Amino acid sequence: MSVTTAPPPPVRRRGRPGRTQFRTSLAGLGFMAPFLVVFALVFLAPLAYSIYLSLFRDQLIGGNSFVGFENYLQAFGDPKFWDGALRVAIFLVVQVPVMLVLALVAALALDSGRLHGSSFFRIGIFLPYAVPAVVAVLMWGFMYSERLGLAGNINSFVGFDLVTPFTQQWILVAIGNIVTWSFVGYNMLIFYSALRTISPDLYEAAGLDGAGQFRILWSIKIPALRGAIVIATIFSIIGSFQLFNEPNILKTIVPNLIPTYFTPNMYAYNLSFVGQQYNYAATIAIIMGLITAIIAYVVQLRGNRKELS
Amino acid sequence: MSLFIIYSLLPLVWLFINSTKTQADLISTFGLWFSGDFVFFENVAQTLTYDNGIFVRWLGNTLLYVVLGAGGATLLATLGGYGLAKYNFPGKKAIFAVILGAVAVPGTALAVPTFLMFSQLGLTNTIWAIIIPSLISPFGLYLIWVYAADSVPTEILEAARVDGASELRTFFTISIRLLAPGIVTVALFAIVATWNNYFLPLIMLSEPNLFPLTIGLQQWNLQGTGVGADPIFNLVLTGSLLTIVPIVVAFLLLQRFWQSGLSAGGVKQ
Repeated sequence: MSVTTAPPPPVRRRGRPGRTQFRTSLAGLGFMAPFLVVFALVFLAPLAYSIYLSLFRDQLIGGNSFVGFENYLQAFGDPKFWDGALRVAIFLVVQVPVMLVLALVAALALDSGRLHGSSFFRIGIFLPYAVPAVVAVLMWGFMYSERLGLAGNINSFVGFDLVTPFTQQWILVAIGNIVTWSFVGYNMLIFYSALRTISPDLYEAAGLDGAGQFRILWSIKIPALRGAIVIATIFSIIGSFQLFNEPNILKTIVPNLIPTYFTPNMYAYNLSFVGQQYNYAATIAIIMGLITAIIAYVVQLRGNRKELS
Repeated sequence: MSLFIIYSLLPLVWLFINSTKTQADLISTFGLWFSGDFVFFENVAQTLTYDNGIFVRWLGNTLLYVVLGAGGATLLATLGGYGLAKYNFPGKKAIFAVILGAVAVPGTALAVPTFLMFSQLGLTNTIWAIIIPSLISPFGLYLIWVYAADSVPTEILEAARVDGASELRTFFTISIRLLAPGIVTVALFAIVATWNNYFLPLIMLSEPNLFPLTIGLQQWNLQGTGVGADPIFNLVLTGSLLTIVPIVVAFLLLQRFWQSGLSAGGVKQ
């Protein structure tokens, strides 16, 4: 979150060396300690263990042995891995912009103040965020179904197969729709909160200068949103690369359409919990983690550079 | 905007309508309107009693995970964020850098090794496998950090110090009140994260008695497919509805708090 945000100003402390300073710095550490202990246990230790695992391999002969970067080489030549990676990349390039633009439009409409019952709209659009992925997928899965759901109703109404979410070419779109539905309100809220921090004085000054609505949007609102957009983009990128819940749950409804390596995350999951290939699964996870971190970093750099120019 | 709201609420309306239908009507009648027998209450009763009331058990588990996991996460984030905002201590910058760096690593990379570690510690298939990882909310830590820097004046802390109050006492009597909206926001998002948690229990638990609602519902849904299918789709839908009601109510009731907490904290420039 704070990657793009300047840290709050440091605590100003009058020059009072000695006991008090020692006491407060001990207290600061004390407040941090519980978080740090658990953090080390559930973040740092598994991360280190993951890297360790990726450098070994269970072999028929010789048992568990150090293989250096062999697992990584195997992953780079693994068509199943690339298939999943390409799929989430396509998903990222299409779904994330669609979702963020929708969220932006909704936030600007809410902020324009010309909308009656804006708090109803705000909470209504945000509500899907509170729905667990499992329920979201079950709901949409039923609605997509040509036998049980709305898709079937629509098709029998028009008399031919107009809506067919459960086909090879539409399944990724179907998943994209579920993800968009779940998170568009969350992103809208991020944008909306950023818009609310704009001082009314600015609008007034712009009005005096004779700026129109479009000019205000372009010169005041969009620049004010830049940080929020960067944050939302980074979150969405991480989410896309981690895509797991939606396809994995949908797989139980349409097992034939979604292979076990549909996304890299599903591939890693199936490798370790179905195939017991822990070392290779850890390798896949680390590669995806690195790719995600690099792309998120680049987005952040670009976002910040624009801010300077 | 009306299109937006229809898009957002339509699935929920659909869910409610279809939780009033029998399994047969679910298939044979139009999905977006009430028709056939109205069996909502029968469905609820059946959901709660099916398989010796396992759904109630799952609900209880979910509540336990939420209270301990999200409650603990909120406490740790509040203490830590406050410590970061209001105290200087050696290694503060390094600590913050490490936390940020680790957050950039996707959860995927951690799932497998966490599972292996926990299984060696004998923690898999226990409630701790769910609760301990839920205790960390880096987003919550960050939110409180920004919030505390703004809303707890350093002068008050200095004054309390001069009066001889201990740091912990100052925190619990003064600071915690000033932090309240931030704490509610962090708690609410931690509750949602724990309530909706799917991946973690999926890998950690194999004992149905420990399942949270999310995994349980998925299990029921699985019953309807494959060999020897025994579909209970009406219960899956009614169960889904019952699962989202408490969380939706929590969001609606605490609206005022989390909206102000969010605009003051996480997304501030």
